[in-house]
Amino acid sequence: MVDEDPIIVDREFSGPLICVKGLRNSFGDQVVHEGLDIDVRKGEILGVVGGSGTGKSVLMRSIIGLQQPDEGSIEVFGESLLGRSDAETIDVRKRWGVLFQGGALFSTLTVAENVMVPIREFYPEMDRDFRREVAKYKVCLSGLPPEASPKYPSELSGGMRKRAGIARALALDPELLFLDEPTAGLDPIGAAAFDNLTRELQQTLGLTVFLITHDLDTLHAICDRVAVLADKQVIAVGTIPELLAMDHPWIQEYFNGPRGRMAASQTASGN
Amino acid sequence: MAVMTVPSDFVEEMTEDGVTSLRFTGDLSIAAIGDLPERLRDYGEGVQRLDLSDIGYIDTVGAWLIHRTARDSGAEIVGGDNDAERLIAAVSGVDQPAEVRPDPPNPVIRVLDEVGEATTIALTTLAGLVGFFGSVLVSAGSLIRHPGRIRWNAVIQRFDVVGVRALGIIGLMSFLIGLVIAQQGAVQLRQFGAEVFTVNLVGRLTMRELGVLMTAIMVAGRSGSAFAAQIGTMKLTEEIDAMRTIGVSPVEALVLPRFLAAVFMLPLLGFYASVVAIIGGGLLSWVELDIPPATFFARIREVVPLTDVYVGLVKAPVFGAIIAVCGCYQGMQVKGNAEEVGKRTTAAVVQAIFLVIVLDAFFAVFFSWIGWN
Repeated sequence: MVDEDPIIVDREFSGPLICVKGLRNSFGDQVVHEGLDIDVRKGEILGVVGGSGTGKSVLMRSIIGLQQPDEGSIEVFGESLLGRSDAETIDVRKRWGVLFQGGALFSTLTVAENVMVPIREFYPEMDRDFRREVAKYKVCLSGLPPEASPKYPSELSGGMRKRAGIARALALDPELLFLDEPTAGLDPIGAAAFDNLTRELQQTLGLTVFLITHDLDTLHAICDRVAVLADKQVIAVGTIPELLAMDHPWIQEYFNGPRGRMAASQTASGN
Repeated sequence: MAVMTVPSDFVEEMTEDGVTSLRFTGDLSIAAIGDLPERLRDYGEGVQRLDLSDIGYIDTVGAWLIHRTARDSGAEIVGGDNDAERLIAAVSGVDQPAEVRPDPPNPVIRVLDEVGEATTIALTTLAGLVGFFGSVLVSAGSLIRHPGRIRWNAVIQRFDVVGVRALGIIGLMSFLIGLVIAQQGAVQLRQFGAEVFTVNLVGRLTMRELGVLMTAIMVAGRSGSAFAAQIGTMKLTEEIDAMRTIGVSPVEALVLPRFLAAVFMLPLLGFYASVVAIIGGGLLSWVELDIPPATFFARIREVVPLTDVYVGLVKAPVFGAIIAVCGCYQGMQVKGNAEEVGKRTTAAVVQAIFLVIVLDAFFAVFFSWIGWN
């Protein structure tokens, strides 16, 4: 790598924040993605659905650089990321936050310390007391009570751990948020509360959200558009009514199955 | 043209109506904020107005800084656009006192607390081990009355894993220990011209103490840890609960085969270890002291009384029982997460080795008391 200078992101960039073209991922003989295209527009919540094993998490891992794709191009904030070093992409990585499926909190640190980790890593010069204050309000911003700040992840319930994960994902005030199955394993009340939190944060902070989910209620409640992964590609992207108008068998079964109809009717009558 | 981050700054100015105002410029964002928090802290209450009309981009970190400065000085915030007002409202809504770490307790109380907790854990573990040993004996008793229920396959498989497969490593270890004892003994005894007593040293020490003790330590590390990890993992995946609901007793199916394997294999392994150690010692005596093997083994038969062999063979099954009980008990105590399996495995090995050495000391006193010197 000749040029090690970090690429600087244009804050006013208004094109698609994520632009994936011709992505191919494989593990050994098993091809997960083949010619996959997906765009995420600025300011939207894009839900990504697909059956188990269709590579939803692999797609997210490719975009955030944890999985090296075989082919294709990945642009985030209009900057191509593939083949660039960590030093070059540092400014891009500062501008996204990731919530992993299990929360992936550091178990030896308290919730507030977990939030401080990315801040200390990317902005080591920040005043120590101010960093603590920032961590504390981020914890509260994620809907946790202030008493949760000094607790260790093992002392939290599943729902609180997800919120702590969100607090850490938001530590650097990102513009782009990746959520990997945020409501998996939560009870329906906790899941609905988490959906509301996602929506509120997205509106208050002006976030763009890439949301992987299996939860039909989440799709109906908060997603602006939904991308459907099947046959190693994104077979359709659109609002739920647009998807319903398509006659792809998987989409029909997914949204018009008993669970899909239930979630749809709840949204129609509830909201 | 890309919009770059502009470092944030502020100027202090006196407005026409006579109030001190801080006019902010640049981006109020985490990337641009720099040393602003420290500089603003010095102002205290000497500010009446925070003017945001010239700022660029603002994020929650900048909003928090403005909110905090306004809160501490009582200043009013003016000139913010929609973004700034929305973010400042959001962060002021979550301004609650909180701690980053739990308060460290008083050191004296903490030490007392830890001592107390360690004592309780030690006592409950001891009670638990005795209770568990009892339940193993009870189910062994019921199996003797119903021999058809004995799981021969499982028992034989454990014999293989615990005993046969340990032969290589225990043989190698014992051979080296025999060599080292003979070599060190020869060096010391030579000073008195008593090299020939190296044979006594090697023969009696390995038969009486080291053969069985080192074997027990090796088996505790090799099999005791495996018992704890296997049973602990089965506990985590709810296999043990499934067994209970089907009506299979986990003690009968999992613990007894391991217990029997350890109890029966340890005397054999211990005796084998002693013999290999004596061979090692004999080899060194031959090379180093010019004692031919035939003479060496003749001397061994003269100086090692049969009671030494009994001492080793009496201790071995007891050590085996301790190792199996510690391993299986700790495995059964696993609950919660995978980290627990690691902790319990460590505890199983440490407790087994500790109890083996404690009991070895008791045995030494006991055997000298009954005259088996």
